[in-house]
Amino acid sequence: MKEINKMELKFKAISENESFARASVAGFCLGLNPTMDELTDIKTAVSEAVTNSIVHAYPTDKKGEVTLSVTIFEGNLLKIEIRDYGVGIKDVEKAKQPFFTTKPNEERSGMGFTVMESFMDSLTVKNEKTGGVLVELTKKIESENEKMKKLG
Amino acid sequence: MDIKYRNYNNVLYVMLIGELDEHTAKYTSKTLDDLFASTISRQIIIDLSEMKFMDSTGIGVLIGRYKKMKAKGVSIFISNPSYHAEKIFKLTGLYEIMPKIS
Repeated sequence: MKEINKMELKFKAISENESFARASVAGFCLGLNPTMDELTDIKTAVSEAVTNSIVHAYPTDKKGEVTLSVTIFEGNLLKIEIRDYGVGIKDVEKAKQPFFTTKPNEERSGMGFTVMESFMDSLTVKNEKTGGVLVELTKKIESENEKMKKLG
Repeated sequence: MDIKYRNYNNVLYVMLIGELDEHTAKYTSKTLDDLFASTISRQIIIDLSEMKFMDSTGIGVLIGRYKKMKAKGVSIFISNPSYHAEKIFKLTGLYEIMPKIS
């Protein structure tokens, strides 16, 4: 796959940065002419992944960092990677189950991965050997031609 | 997040204005709890026409309020969700506990 464009951001794992993170990804994707719906899907999925890193990766007061990278490949294919360097996920398969949360006392829905999975084309979650979690999301943005075809 | 409300015909109308995510969740929950605790209405309608963004953290906030008010016999309804908020509500089954009204 031919890489067309790429960007990377690094920020402190605090909730103040959520809105900035999703808006940055949305802004970077604008060149692909996404629909409002596609753009909101992407913003929501990014928000879910970044929230996970902010809420779960760094349980002590010493907050680490989150790296967010977005790559655009030929054919309007988008790959978004959200990486933290925290404590990792004990059981990835369990964490991906709908309504599963490790913090049941905090009014958390446990739907983060389910939202990512359903709003994007693919979701991969893995603990990295060097520590932390890497979430990879992909989505194909429909080209102008494909959008026009749908309109008939 | 900005929260506006009014009482009308024994119904408490609440409008959430802004973005509901991890950053605004605590403030939103606290403000709604204070507001709901002081109401005598048996029905609450949450108007989402001015909500600009919401992720699954918002679902946690809504379910939390549902549980508290259910214990007091108060029903909560959703009105004017965006296309996208509705997508998340349908995915998570929120409408089963907080029905949508028009």
